[in-house]
Amino acid sequence: MKVLERAKKTLLADLFRQMYLIRVFEEKCGELYGKGLIRGFLHLYIGQEANAVGAISVLRPEDHIVTHYRDHGHALARGLDVNRCMAELFGRATGVSRGKGGSMHLFDASRNFYGGHAIVGGHFPLACGLALAAQYKREDRVVLVFFGDGSVNQGTFHEAMNLASLWRLPVIFYLENNLYGMGSAAGRVRAAGSDFQGAGHAYGMDVVTVDGMDVMAVREATQAAAERARSGKGPAFIEAKTFRFQGHSMADPVKYRGHSEVEHWRKRDPLVTFPRTLVENGLVPEKELDRIRKEVEATIDEAIKFAEDSPWPGPEAVNEDIYA
Amino acid sequence: MREALQRGLREALDGNPNVYLMGEDIGAYGGAYAITAGFIDEYGPERIRDVPISENTFVGAAIGSAIGGLRPIVEFMSISFSLLAFDQMINIGAAIRYMSGGQFKVPIVIRAPTGSGIQLAATHSHAFENWLASVPGFRVVAPTTPYDALGLLRSALAEDNPVIMAEHVSLYGRRGEVPDDRYTVPIGKADVKLAGSDITLVAFAHGVVTAFEVADKLKERGIAAEVIDLRSLRPLDMDTILKSIAKTNRVALIDDNWRTGGMMAEVSAQISEQGFDLLDGPVARVGGDDVPAPYSRPLEQLVIPDSDRVIQAIQKTYGI
Ligand SMILES: Cc1ncc(C[n+]2csc(CCOP(=O)(O)OP(=O)(O)O)c2C)c(N)n1
Ligand SMILES: [Mg+2]
Repeated sequence: MKVLERAKKTLLADLFRQMYLIRVFEEKCGELYGKGLIRGFLHLYIGQEANAVGAISVLRPEDHIVTHYRDHGHALARGLDVNRCMAELFGRATGVSRGKGGSMHLFDASRNFYGGHAIVGGHFPLACGLALAAQYKREDRVVLVFFGDGSVNQGTFHEAMNLASLWRLPVIFYLENNLYGMGSAAGRVRAAGSDFQGAGHAYGMDVVTVDGMDVMAVREATQAAAERARSGKGPAFIEAKTFRFQGHSMADPVKYRGHSEVEHWRKRDPLVTFPRTLVENGLVPEKELDRIRKEVEATIDEAIKFAEDSPWPGPEAVNEDIYA
Repeated sequence: MREALQRGLREALDGNPNVYLMGEDIGAYGGAYAITAGFIDEYGPERIRDVPISENTFVGAAIGSAIGGLRPIVEFMSISFSLLAFDQMINIGAAIRYMSGGQFKVPIVIRAPTGSGIQLAATHSHAFENWLASVPGFRVVAPTTPYDALGLLRSALAEDNPVIMAEHVSLYGRRGEVPDDRYTVPIGKADVKLAGSDITLVAFAHGVVTAFEVADKLKERGIAAEVIDLRSLRPLDMDTILKSIAKTNRVALIDDNWRTGGMMAEVSAQISEQGFDLLDGPVARVGGDDVPAPYSRPLEQLVIPDSDRVIQAIQKTYGI
């Protein structure tokens, strides 16, 4: 509560706006997928919004972000153009990756947003490398890398944790523990189950556990991690406990978890709890939230229209962008 | 060859503060093949960077740092270990530019000792430069002479794309002229290393050494062979090969590595597509045996094609 009161009201309203933007974007994506307008693999971020929004809100523009295929939330929180994100999902020439990446591979160099990577665990080395470049050039930047509980079982996770810690690289490892990797609960695929403390300790890192459904808590934890990374003390590790409300991807019939578990987490939906707290404590009036909701919905409608009206990439694009 | 590479690496380090070297035991140890011996004393541990035995991650980190504005030169201890890093090399190194619609550059040089002949058996003798040469986004070079090694390294360092330099281990000790000036050897250009009019021999790296032995033996019988060194495996310089075949009407392809799906399978296919009418007979293709590299000396020698095997293939195909 204290954290909330200290925060500026415009900031609080903006955090809500961003989370709502992601929520509506994702809901619409789900619909559009059903209509065949978005294709390929589509992984929705619904339920996890507080993580992307909270963590990215404390970064500076010059900091780097690397993430995995469940990347829409991170991209939007980083301020990637909503129209161009939607156009990318539609496979249009105006997309952030010129229609060559799709949902899982959103990139925007101008916002230091380095993807969108769909080999599970494949983006950890990239995060280390970007941090190495910053350290080498004595630049004041940190790298925030998002990943899931499933990717912790990849060799690259352990190799990258070791390398980052060994070289004191300014990396923030941000684990979005949504309890499942596809249909596999951590306890079924990890010797240490869902306890991630040891994963950090093995490489000399403390693991800060945070409520990934609470945007303010996420902000605080990431702020502390960023300060540590910036001060040259080396990498930081955050484990956010969170939940995806929908299936792993649009192809997932969700047979591996019970309804009651989903209901339990839905009660903690950041898009229910956060606005309620704001209103109840007189921080942002309901009227203002409604105004934001309408504005966001219009933004998404416009993005869909932009994507639909955008041209397909021409055949010449096939052979472009292979070599510099 | 070793000194030529060292000279190229020193030039790069001296000429650009964003160049750094990275690899397992390239620092205090001096490199598995002593290419970077003494470098750490000259340039310090930040630029001559020893790494943990984590190929996928350190190569991925080097790629990341290239995207972040540095110009890394990575050394694999052996191209065999590159298998552990194929994920990062191919899924990010070769693809991120395309996948992002042209937003990123990956200026990295990856040096990889390759090839067999020194009895290291199956885990340390296989060559994968042909696999890497099939990946769009990469450039792949494989020098035979010290001159080419330095010239290609310079060109590689001027590229804003990932360049893989396959260095055949049996060639590190090879001697040859290297001028003092800052010449370069263009990537994508094959070299006619010996002119001749009766048959074209195409090879790369250690295979070129074999090709010269073949040419010597053919010469005793009055046959003049032309030896073409591919130098670049991607892009492949078919023009030089076809021009030569137009003159000789015969071609033998020599490849040390596995014959199936080897580099020369591609060259052969392209010759059949583009130069079928130029030939007096089929392509004579000689490749390494399709077996895991054996340790024992006589066995190892058996699986790598030697000049006699090439001569036999030429006789069988062209009757000369
Ligand atoms: C190397 C690799 N193996 C398997 C897959 C298929 N796959 C995609 S996502 C996924 C689950 C990953 O779960 P987690 O890391 O927890 O992330 P979440 O989807 O929960 O956000 C799997 C197995 C893949 N893309 N890459
Ligand atoms: Mg998960």
